[in-house]
Amino acid sequence: MDKFETLTSKTVVLREENIDTDQIIPARFLTTTSREGLGKQAFYDWRYESDGTPKVGSTLDQVNTDSHKILIAGRNFGCGSSREHAPWALTDFGFRVVISSEIADIFRSNALKNGLVSIVVEHEAHQWLMDHPDTDVTVDLENNTVRFGNHECHFDVDPFAKECLIKGVDQLGFLQSQMDKIEKFEAKRS
Amino acid sequence: MAPTTLFEKVWEPHVVVPEADDAPGVMYVDLHLVHEVTSPQAFTQLAERRLNVRRPESTFATMDHSTPTLPPDAQGVVPYVTAAARRQVEQLSKNCAQYGIRLLDMDSDERGIIHVVAPEQGIVRPGMTIVCGDSHTSTHGAFGALAFGIGTTEVGHVLATQCLLQRKPKTMRVTVNGAAPRGVAAKDIVLAIIAKIGIAGGTGSVIEYAGSAITALSMEERMTVCNMSIEAGARAGLIAPDQVTFDWLKNRIEASPSEFAQMVDTWRKLTTDDGARFDSEIVIDAATLSPMVTYGTAPDAGVGINDTVPEPSTQAERNALAYMQVASGALIKGTKVDNVFIGSCTNGRLSDLQAAAEVLRGYKVKSGLRMLVVPGSWEVRREAEALGLDRVFLEAGAEWRLPGCSMCIAMNGDFTDPGELTVSTSNRNFEGRQGRQARTVLASPASAAAAAIEGVVADPRPYLEAAFAEMEA
Repeated sequence: MDKFETLTSKTVVLREENIDTDQIIPARFLTTTSREGLGKQAFYDWRYESDGTPKVGSTLDQVNTDSHKILIAGRNFGCGSSREHAPWALTDFGFRVVISSEIADIFRSNALKNGLVSIVVEHEAHQWLMDHPDTDVTVDLENNTVRFGNHECHFDVDPFAKECLIKGVDQLGFLQSQMDKIEKFEAKRS
Repeated sequence: MAPTTLFEKVWEPHVVVPEADDAPGVMYVDLHLVHEVTSPQAFTQLAERRLNVRRPESTFATMDHSTPTLPPDAQGVVPYVTAAARRQVEQLSKNCAQYGIRLLDMDSDERGIIHVVAPEQGIVRPGMTIVCGDSHTSTHGAFGALAFGIGTTEVGHVLATQCLLQRKPKTMRVTVNGAAPRGVAAKDIVLAIIAKIGIAGGTGSVIEYAGSAITALSMEERMTVCNMSIEAGARAGLIAPDQVTFDWLKNRIEASPSEFAQMVDTWRKLTTDDGARFDSEIVIDAATLSPMVTYGTAPDAGVGINDTVPEPSTQAERNALAYMQVASGALIKGTKVDNVFIGSCTNGRLSDLQAAAEVLRGYKVKSGLRMLVVPGSWEVRREAEALGLDRVFLEAGAEWRLPGCSMCIAMNGDFTDPGELTVSTSNRNFEGRQGRQARTVLASPASAAAAAIEGVVADPRPYLEAAFAEMEA
């Protein structure tokens, strides 16, 4: 996992509310046994017609994720299925950050484990970001701060998930370091 | 001692390490359910780190999502939708063999949807913690177990350590008072609950369902209610175990009468104490409910069968009505239907098939309409056949398939054509969920069967009343 400290990038806005993980990656692509290369299938049905030709005017196909790594989405992003293929698809597509006014539990948990910083901001800041696509935004994870235009707002992120993101380490190592306690727990129960 | 909730009584004994400000807690997992779609990458992660499955005996696997519901051909070739689907199924088989995990493989006559077969096996019990890489794991809360969906990275965590990193969720109680009117199914109750709470209303919470309309439900009906907790954004749903639960488990657990009695004594303590506090409370009067149908592209967009589609208040709601080709102020009842799907982890159990058959008996599926009936497991299929339900479906003109998730998630080759409308007993009406540009109306098995007869979205109650009258005569 790449380290994440501070990122300044432009935004892509998807205004839709309740974007479920079936939209982020349709179920028919879930027969893969790999977590790599799912960016092609990110938002597939939003980007392509049934015959595979790109949809005219699709926001996502005009995106250059070298310059636009921050996705701003309508409220309740990532609801529905628990498929981790959703953050895998978004990161492979090139996003590093998702900002919304509300993010579904399982998606958020999955995203943070895959270097996709998922941020909930208050309604007013969210509205401003939704209304200003293509804006430069700075995400300062160390200081729990998002800066854009003349605004600066604070966001909450689980301190442990944050430390893992900043160090670029996954969470399994920490869990394994608790193994003596897990063994004691099991011994006590049996 | 301060009064505590059912959730806390299940949660606390599973805390290995309590959470701190800077670190989540460590939660012990009693039962880890596994299927072919969300596990291969977790096993790869395990192999890369040279880790073992820590508790294979607490892990249980089956195949359900990518599996065909049509039988093998004359040469015995299983008709997988793609080579990738076949490889995925074979991969789980290999992984389970390598790590010693019990698997209901393709040739097992007990196989089925993970959330149908795990309870059938008697391995789901009150007070347990249960996880699976699948959001409908909440189903098992019907037994008073804390059961929730996790991502694939977490599947790897549980395989390696039998534990998960967790922060304690909030609690919500949904009390459904009174008695549901005749013809109102468990599916209607939960669709009404979701319509009231909203698709994100349960975010961050575990819901406990309580009240006389909940305790009156059978075990299978309780599974239908808990199954859809995630559709209100909740992590899990819970119902306190009672005599209904114990009677159901009695036939599925190998134990002497005295051992079982001891288990029941422990399980009886799993209730919310009077005066325990929830972070939020919702109360619903069951007497006001009627059969529900959804009109939009999120599970909370539901109305009673005789109610009109509400005026949209957001762009998202306007888009949903346009996608569904329905108008505000109009009834959903009477909308032309192309397909009917009966099955899924929500409504693929025996009582669901019985409810559908009761409506369908003696009728034909409307000409031009396709009806797919997919039992949730081989056990359900056998029991249904013993009752002659397969004859009812086949004689009506429906297809009687093999067990699996099928058209609920439409990744095994069972999907609808673009633009078609399906009345479905499954759990999600998202855009494209049942096929590209598929339009889905969620409903109960009885409502779905009524739609199959009439060829339009229909009220099942006239058919149910006729069946009642016949029984009484």
